[in-house]
Amino acid sequence: MNTALRTPRVAGLGALALVLALAPLSFPNAYFYDVAVNALFNAIVCVGLNLLIGYGGQISLGHAGFFALGAYGSAILTTRFGLPPLAAMLASAAAVGLLAFAVGRPILRLKGHYLAMATLGIGIIIHIVLKTESWLTGGPDGMGVDPFRVAGLEVAGDRMWYWVAAALLLLAVWVALNLIDSPLGRALRAVHGSETGAEVVGVDTGRYKMLVFVVSAVFASLVGSLFAHKNGFITPDIGSFFRSIELVTMVVLGGMASTFGAVLGAFILTLLPQLLAAFEDYEAMVLGAIMMGTMIFMPKGLLPSLALLLARRKGGEARP
Amino acid sequence: MTLLRVDGLSKEFGGVHAVENLSFAVNPGTIHSIIGPNGAGKTTLFNLITGIYTPSSGRILFEDRDITAKRPFELARLGMSRTFQNLQVFFNMSALDNVMVGRHLHLDRRFIPSLFRLPSIVRADARARADCAELMRFVGLDRYVGAEAAQMPYGALKRLEIARALAAKPRLLLLDEPAAGLNATESREIDEVIKKVAATGVTVVLVEHDMKMVMGISDHILALDYGRKLAEGTPAEVGANAEVVAAYLGAEA
Repeated sequence: MNTALRTPRVAGLGALALVLALAPLSFPNAYFYDVAVNALFNAIVCVGLNLLIGYGGQISLGHAGFFALGAYGSAILTTRFGLPPLAAMLASAAAVGLLAFAVGRPILRLKGHYLAMATLGIGIIIHIVLKTESWLTGGPDGMGVDPFRVAGLEVAGDRMWYWVAAALLLLAVWVALNLIDSPLGRALRAVHGSETGAEVVGVDTGRYKMLVFVVSAVFASLVGSLFAHKNGFITPDIGSFFRSIELVTMVVLGGMASTFGAVLGAFILTLLPQLLAAFEDYEAMVLGAIMMGTMIFMPKGLLPSLALLLARRKGGEARP
Repeated sequence: MTLLRVDGLSKEFGGVHAVENLSFAVNPGTIHSIIGPNGAGKTTLFNLITGIYTPSSGRILFEDRDITAKRPFELARLGMSRTFQNLQVFFNMSALDNVMVGRHLHLDRRFIPSLFRLPSIVRADARARADCAELMRFVGLDRYVGAEAAQMPYGALKRLEIARALAAKPRLLLLDEPAAGLNATESREIDEVIKKVAATGVTVVLVEHDMKMVMGISDHILALDYGRKLAEGTPAEVGANAEVVAAYLGAEA
């Protein structure tokens, strides 16, 4: 439990930085940079989503919707209104944050399955709107997006995107660790543990659920914007229900309430389909089997389970 | 001045009067016990005072301020904290973190400074950690300072909730059946903890089923039956009350 907390934060961040710096040496070809950037993008979304699911104990089956809104917000604001990419990205994130706040008010009172259903509904509505409002979004055919330019510099090519995304992931992990380690983060974890218990010592549980819901939506939106610019072309399917499920799966697989676990889960589930390409039509089935196996044998997710195993082997398990 | 005043309080659950037209006052610096057989309305009364339930009618005043229907976290801000009979522990956290959540209101919890882990936050948190470890020792949890909450036995968790409530620095502490489920030794130890807490100047209101425990430590006792006041006074007075003896011993015999 909370292995990320016990891992010295500097050591964890350092290890992640090292992995990100050395990973390109193992890339078999230039195409792999593209896959790696997607893995990094997913990881950033999952770090945010893990704050909501793993630490806050809430669920969202609609986060791909927020991701897609960020992507389309950037696409529309830059191509149709001529806004600079950075401004478009921040404006989209602010709008998504407001939207999350507005829908969060009624739905965050719900718990468990009911909250899952409500967030699912939000994701589906966003997906449908992006698909049908063709005059603005290009409909199912998607729309083109210009490259990301800031201060005269253009982020171009998968290699450059890799380093940008890697730096942003480190930043995301750093702020997530900071948040979780603060009194605010402790209150958030307490909401997960017992809302009643948290309330009687002064934690305004509604406020913290809202805060983390908005923060995780903004994370998704920011990454969505970058994804749009990097890809140069987006379709409504980036906000599909399937994508939302995929994001939640990454968090759960890697390890709930473990920031590094969320990163690991995102990496694995982005890279695995590439490695499973040999299975062709059976790829999805193999993936499903891996997930079932993980949940049966490592219900806490990969990283927390491995950390526990390691601690046991060392005989260093916390004793009362 | 009274610290807590309950005025004509009633709570109905679909026609059943769990608490009916109840009035009483708690003086500061005392240990005030609420007793009664099962179903007498003790826990309902507690949940009304601490904002878990909303009363059907009546008023609750804390330090002469009307707190009727305020939410629990607002009451905590005013200086009231509680424990639960059916534990509300954060099992996903360490024991010490559980207690530190109790410090919530006294720590910097602004979003932006938390995001960047400002040195002031780190320093204050380290101080709070030391204070909360001290509180754990105060309630007799020395052995569990480094433990995960999920590894602790039931009796220790009851103390953990007391430590968490104390971490909020309340002026009024409400304990919901602190001795329920404990053996005789543990129960005596909890007695000692409650006396120690009261000695620090915190007013204690406790709901208790165990008559013996209540007699020993209370300054004042309120006896309930069927949601109504049966008797009120010093332990000697209440213990000598024929109705109380009938309700209590009758119910237990």
